Amino acid sequence: MKLTHQFQTEEIVAGYDNKTILHGLNVDIPSNRINVIIGANACGKSTLLKTMARLIKPLSGKVILDGKSIDKIPPKQLARVLGILPQSPIVPEGISVTDLVGRGRYPHQSLFSGWTKKDYKAVAEAMEIMNITELANRNIDELSGGQRQRVWIAMALTQQTDILFLDEPTTFLDIAYQVEILDLLTDLNRKYGTTIVMVLHDINLSARYADHIFALRKGKLIAEGEPSKVITSKLVKEVFGLDCTVIADPISQSPLVIPKGRYHGHKDSNR
Amino acid sequence: MHLPKHFTKVLVISLVLLCICLLASLVLGSRLVILDDLIAGLFYPEIESYEASVVRERIPRTVFSLFCGAALGISGALMQSVTRNPIADPSILGVNTGAALFVVCGIAFLNISTAAQYIWLAIAGAMITAIFVYGIGSMGRAGATPLKLVLAGAATSAALSSLVSAIMLSRSYVMDQFRFWQVGSVGSANWSDILTFLPFLVIGIGLAIMSASALNALALGDEVAIGQGVRTGTLRIVAAFAGVILCGAATALAGPIAFVGLLATHVMRLLLGPDLRFVIPMSAISGAIILTISDVSGRLIGSPGELEAGVVTAFIGAPLLIVLAIKMKVRSL
Repeated sequence: MKLTHQFQTEEIVAGYDNKTILHGLNVDIPSNRINVIIGANACGKSTLLKTMARLIKPLSGKVILDGKSIDKIPPKQLARVLGILPQSPIVPEGISVTDLVGRGRYPHQSLFSGWTKKDYKAVAEAMEIMNITELANRNIDELSGGQRQRVWIAMALTQQTDILFLDEPTTFLDIAYQVEILDLLTDLNRKYGTTIVMVLHDINLSARYADHIFALRKGKLIAEGEPSKVITSKLVKEVFGLDCTVIADPISQSPLVIPKGRYHGHKDSNR
Repeated sequence: MHLPKHFTKVLVISLVLLCICLLASLVLGSRLVILDDLIAGLFYPEIESYEASVVRERIPRTVFSLFCGAALGISGALMQSVTRNPIADPSILGVNTGAALFVVCGIAFLNISTAAQYIWLAIAGAMITAIFVYGIGSMGRAGATPLKLVLAGAATSAALSSLVSAIMLSRSYVMDQFRFWQVGSVGSANWSDILTFLPFLVIGIGLAIMSASALNALALGDEVAIGQGVRTGTLRIVAAFAGVILCGAATALAGPIAFVGLLATHVMRLLLGPDLRFVIPMSAISGAIILTISDVSGRLIGSPGELEAGVVTAFIGAPLLIVLAIKMKVRSL
């Protein structure tokens, strides 16, 4: 079972060049849960994720893991607690599935230590969880988008962190693969208690799979909590500027957002 | 650790090839030596036939070409990994032309004349050029893209080599002696040069091997590398430093030799796959083989004189560069 951690941000301000994207965010990540950050394009959700995962240094404020600012923790040690799968990692030409998945072991190895039994076990386990064991000797270039994403997640899993950040893990995948990936991540959370923090584009899948939602608007947190409490037509209007109706998803009973648009459902639509 | 599929096979074949090169370099040349002379030259210093002394003279040259090729091979692998650019190589980035220019200036204006002095000047020149080219190549929005780096390197290299020529042409008395500053040759190395070169080789290779697994992480992108606990800034500085001293030291003694790093690394990548813990050390072996073969074939083609090894490597390397450039449109490292 994964450990419980206190992970929070304290008044983080972050951005690029002269543009501030996050304006003093305080976020407290519930441990051992699936957390999803939602928001419109360019609202800063990806920036928040990257700042928490120390890919971006905040201009001010702190990211705190168990009471300690993460920039005070040695990087390799931090990498054994906190893993990140960025949105578009680079695939080295001709790399095999096993080789790529094995690279997640880097933070557990020292300069001259070879591969230990523990390393092999971690790789085998991660491949099994992500259901890619039979792809082990294949070349990444031969795989479908969904298989590829499972390989990348498996790589992140071999890092064996208690907390896992994922930046839009379902982008570019068709709906069946999106559901497959989110199911696998849920398995991971339910079986091992891994704390998951991810950015998702699809609000309905977010509502279905998240235990806890963070809704951002223009670099500020405007709502958080259980999806059933947070996702309302009022919030969707506020976050996305979209008129909608929210009903209960007939399968999961989670909120389901039905957008209105100009052409349907209005008596006074501009036809 | 998963060994690459054909690792043992590749290692054995490379070592056999290396031995063949070593022998060929001792035996072949404008004067062919038979086995008896080779044995006499190597093991019986009291025998003073002409052929035996030819062999003895070829020993330092052979050792140096193996070392120098190894240095250039690893240097190429490091530069490719640091810039994540499949066509990075000390010659393409202009780094060894920079090293050559500094040494030529040293000879022409400062009257320096020992290998130990050359090496420091060459490393300084290599380092300044590397920083300059990387600086120009990273200007603009997209940062240091492979194409921009190569263009910056090619332009810098052309400018610097014309300076080298300008300095040498106006001093025709040194021109013949230092002809290899334009193309690179391993022919004039002696034992004291090799001893001066050795510490740089050892430090460079040591740093390269120590950086290999972190460079593996960097190959997946900066974000993945940071996520795995790599200090990417430090890693880049250390690996680039190792690449620069290796190529600077090699250039100090051999002149600017083009494309060995490019060829050596791509051969190993092709045979072993992308795992740098294997590609980096093995590039030393392939680099040594390539440079020695080039040197020996230069001697044979140019007979009764000699064609410099740098001319031969450029001749083999240029077509490869074109192939890679075409392929690169589809994919960058």
